[in-house]
Amino acid sequence: MLSRTADNLFWIARYIERAETNARLLEVGARNAMLPDTGSGRGNRNEWESVLMASGTKARFDAKYGAAVERNVETHLFFDADNPSSVSSCFNAARENGRIVRTALTTQVWEALNTAHADLIDLSRQERSSLSTTDLIDWTLRTCSLIRGAGLATQLRNDGYDFTNIGHFLERADSTARILDVKYYVLLPDVAFVGSGLDNYQWRTVLRAMNATRAFHWAYGGEVTAAKIVDFLVLNRQAPRSLINAADGVLHHLLRLETQYGRGCEAQTRARALVDKLNRTTTEVIFDKGLHQFLREFISDVNALGGVVHQVYLSGESR
Amino acid sequence: MPDRYFNEMYHDGAVRPPYEGLEAWARDMPADLRGMKQSEAEKLFRRIGITFAVYGEGGSPDRLIPFDMFPRVFSSAEWGKLERGIKQRARALNAFLSDMYNRGEMVRAGRIPAHLVYQNDAFEMAVTGFTPPGGVFSHIVGIDLIRTGPDTFYVLEDNCRTPSGVSYMLENREIMMRMFPHLFQQNRIAPVESYPALLKRTLASVAPKKCEGDPRVVILTPGHFNSAYYEHSFLADMMGIELVEGQDLFVEGDFVWMRTTEGPKRVDVIYRRLDDAFIDPLCFRPDSMLGVPGLMNVYRSGGVSIASAPGAGVADDKAIYTYVPDMVRFYLGEEPILQNVPTWQCAKADDCKYVLENLAELVVKEVHGSGGYGMLVGPKSTKSEIELFAAKIRENPSNYIAQPTLSLSTCPTFVEEGVAPRHVDLRPYCLVGQEVNLVPGGLTRVALNEGSLVVNSSQGGGVKDTWVIAGSH
Amino acid sequence: MRLNITHRTRYQFDTPKRSLTQSLRLWPTDFDGQTVESWSVDIEGHDVARGAALRDGAGDWIETVAMRNVSDVTIAVSGTVETRDLTGFVRGLREKVSPIAYLRPSPMTRLNDPLRELSAKAVEGLKNPLDRAHALARAVTEAIPYRSGKTVADTTAAEALELGEGVCQDQAHALIAIARAADVPGRYVSGYLHASSDGRMHEASHAWAELWVDDIGWVGFDAANACCPDDKYVRLASGIDSVNAAPIRGMALGGGTEHLDVNVKVLQAGQQQQQQTQR
Repeated sequence: MLSRTADNLFWIARYIERAETNARLLEVGARNAMLPDTGSGRGNRNEWESVLMASGTKARFDAKYGAAVERNVETHLFFDADNPSSVSSCFNAARENGRIVRTALTTQVWEALNTAHADLIDLSRQERSSLSTTDLIDWTLRTCSLIRGAGLATQLRNDGYDFTNIGHFLERADSTARILDVKYYVLLPDVAFVGSGLDNYQWRTVLRAMNATRAFHWAYGGEVTAAKIVDFLVLNRQAPRSLINAADGVLHHLLRLETQYGRGCEAQTRARALVDKLNRTTTEVIFDKGLHQFLREFISDVNALGGVVHQVYLSGESR
Repeated sequence: MPDRYFNEMYHDGAVRPPYEGLEAWARDMPADLRGMKQSEAEKLFRRIGITFAVYGEGGSPDRLIPFDMFPRVFSSAEWGKLERGIKQRARALNAFLSDMYNRGEMVRAGRIPAHLVYQNDAFEMAVTGFTPPGGVFSHIVGIDLIRTGPDTFYVLEDNCRTPSGVSYMLENREIMMRMFPHLFQQNRIAPVESYPALLKRTLASVAPKKCEGDPRVVILTPGHFNSAYYEHSFLADMMGIELVEGQDLFVEGDFVWMRTTEGPKRVDVIYRRLDDAFIDPLCFRPDSMLGVPGLMNVYRSGGVSIASAPGAGVADDKAIYTYVPDMVRFYLGEEPILQNVPTWQCAKADDCKYVLENLAELVVKEVHGSGGYGMLVGPKSTKSEIELFAAKIRENPSNYIAQPTLSLSTCPTFVEEGVAPRHVDLRPYCLVGQEVNLVPGGLTRVALNEGSLVVNSSQGGGVKDTWVIAGSH
Repeated sequence: MRLNITHRTRYQFDTPKRSLTQSLRLWPTDFDGQTVESWSVDIEGHDVARGAALRDGAGDWIETVAMRNVSDVTIAVSGTVETRDLTGFVRGLREKVSPIAYLRPSPMTRLNDPLRELSAKAVEGLKNPLDRAHALARAVTEAIPYRSGKTVADTTAAEALELGEGVCQDQAHALIAIARAADVPGRYVSGYLHASSDGRMHEASHAWAELWVDDIGWVGFDAANACCPDDKYVRLASGIDSVNAAPIRGMALGGGTEHLDVNVKVLQAGQQQQQQTQR
């Protein structure tokens, strides 16, 4: 297929995934805002800041809004056209990319993207006070499911499907790793907190951000510990947002491409190495090395893999 | 004076036969059902994303073109005559182009002034001496027709470059069939759905000689910001071919290649929806980023076909238009089946004098204008507007032509109060490759404002499904 | 006269260009005034895909070259042409474009009032088409004396007239423009010029105009040197203006700035050299 088409499909998936991540972060922030001060002395305000850190847009937010209060953060993460990863920006970008590759999408997927765009226009025309944060979040999650589901149910299983999924899994790997990383080192600067009530609370927040609280309990039960959470979100193949699951997904679709095209390239080699590395790892090894260090390495591996996928398949420059 | 206009449904106090199947349907449709259907249609259009942008008006590019549910109908006999006339005209226009870029016989014979051709902005020096495969320059000829009586049709203008709107022809039908299936069961309406397949066959039939195997055909679009982008992607989808932008193609060796995830793939035929000036910065506008550097060299050396050929626009210029009936006689040795609207050329002193004296009765257009801009509709203009326009004509007479105010036929149209006559025109799309084809239908544009004669979508125009009652075989 | 020509064009980019595509018109075409004895165009210093070659309607040979990741490449032209003095008449050139097509304006030759006046004054009272053409050329020589430095590559005819000086490109554009104002088709010709024995400096890489003279055909006029091309001239390519007739038209993709080095030598076979370098 056209490299540009593949590139657009890849980015549609990334934008949808990103929109969902942002909605979940918003949910975390909104939920925390309803709880009393966590006792750290920094209060709720700190929670909103960590949400911004996790979204990777704190600097942009600070420059435009200053104080991290709910309404501002909500505007920033949901509506703001100046924030390229706001839910609204993501859906608009996804729809615009969809328009460009209209012929590579089924009617169902296109209609889902187009409806999301129309809904957003309606939402932006409504009184802000009449829109509850919960409604915005629900709408986002529903819309993401609809778009993805439409793709799952109707898209041709050709190379375009693989590029869509590669985008989806790369974005997921990146966002899970980033949320974990931010939560870890922003909220736990002091080892004294590890294992404390605060710690548990913060980790639960991570699970909530990943929509994984119930899944976690089914998988592990009992006390929430840092080791369990890391195991769940990094190494557990049952967890839909785990790093290993995302890496598996990328590899799976790259291997499908290798079969279809009759030749592989550096992308498959790198993806295989990434999965192997996770396969060989344990939570002990991760904590020995330092979670932060481990995640930084992982993020950089994922970025490098994305770079190779771009170079080989999406840039149109390879021969 | 309703009698001034030919009503295509009611004539001499009776329903004309092609519309017989619609009378009861329209009469019996309750207003609320009509409203429901109308909003359903709108929703469908919106959902499939069929929108248009208006040049120079700003605003949202996501505007819908209004759709009127009342079909416009032709009998099989009426269509038969139109079809012969359209195909004849499309053949003559292509013969003219082929001649003008080579020997120029019609000019040499003194049948058309040389300067009208060779000094025309649309004439491309780069194409001189070149004959594209099959001698075809304009592969999709859109011929705008109007009707003034039971048997009188006029050609308003020809479109030899990249006539747009065919997606509406197809989508209008699709939506009518979805909403009113019984109408299609009760009336024998000739299908138009073969258009994309015919278009693809037409394009494949003009692949260059160097092409091996099945020709790879692509559509070249200026990009998703273009007002007709929906149509570009729609057609690519219906034909199952790639929709490419200039950046997706490159020239290497003797051919044009497409950038794909599996490496470069050779392209044989390019259906471009991009103006001449932009298709190759090494040949035309050097600042164009939309085109493909080197494309024209590959084209002229027989490595790729381009539809329509660069320079095809010289045949659809309004100043050339006057000579099309003569082209039919000159190249085909036939009498033209379709007539031109009488046209005065302000470039000619006598004509100009007449035009200036009768501005209040005439429609004056810019020779190179399109989309209903830069024109004067005499009977609808104020005295000062007319005087202002007269000054413009005097300043640059050769830039204007004038035509009588035409009594465009009307077709019943759903309006607020029910059904009322509104003026319509017609654009059928003739396909020219190894053979000449025309699907039974076209785009009917309707002036939705009462009394208006301007059907352009940018100025209050809408569209209708166009039916041809199938003949008995 | 037998002329040996070498013409080297070197492109250097400080960061490599992702791609470079060029359309070359670097091949002189035979006509009664010149016979090409040998000619080669080589691309040095880089892998290149050449192809899409054709002869266009005006009789010029065109070839396309494409390169990827280019940082340094040279287009090397060399050859020998036997020339004859036809006092400017372009006889025996096979072409298909109608002369009247050259009456079209181009951005470089667009008319303004001063150009129209210059034209009207030049041909005032003249009937004979050849006299009119000569008069037009003379008018340009007088109105725009040759001096380099003030005008640039995209200076238009109108601008050059206003500046009152220019190089051969400006003079050719001005001549085409005022010829058109007098209803005389004109076109731009790029080529080479051998140093004349009059001791004046000439560019080895040169341009002039050809005007259509009824009943005779195309006739060359070099307003820069106030003469008609003779056997010191080698005709390379033609078009409606300098952009159209450019020996090299290219488009590069990717960032980085370009450094261009052009070196043209035109020697009489067996004679010492004339050299000119543009930077």
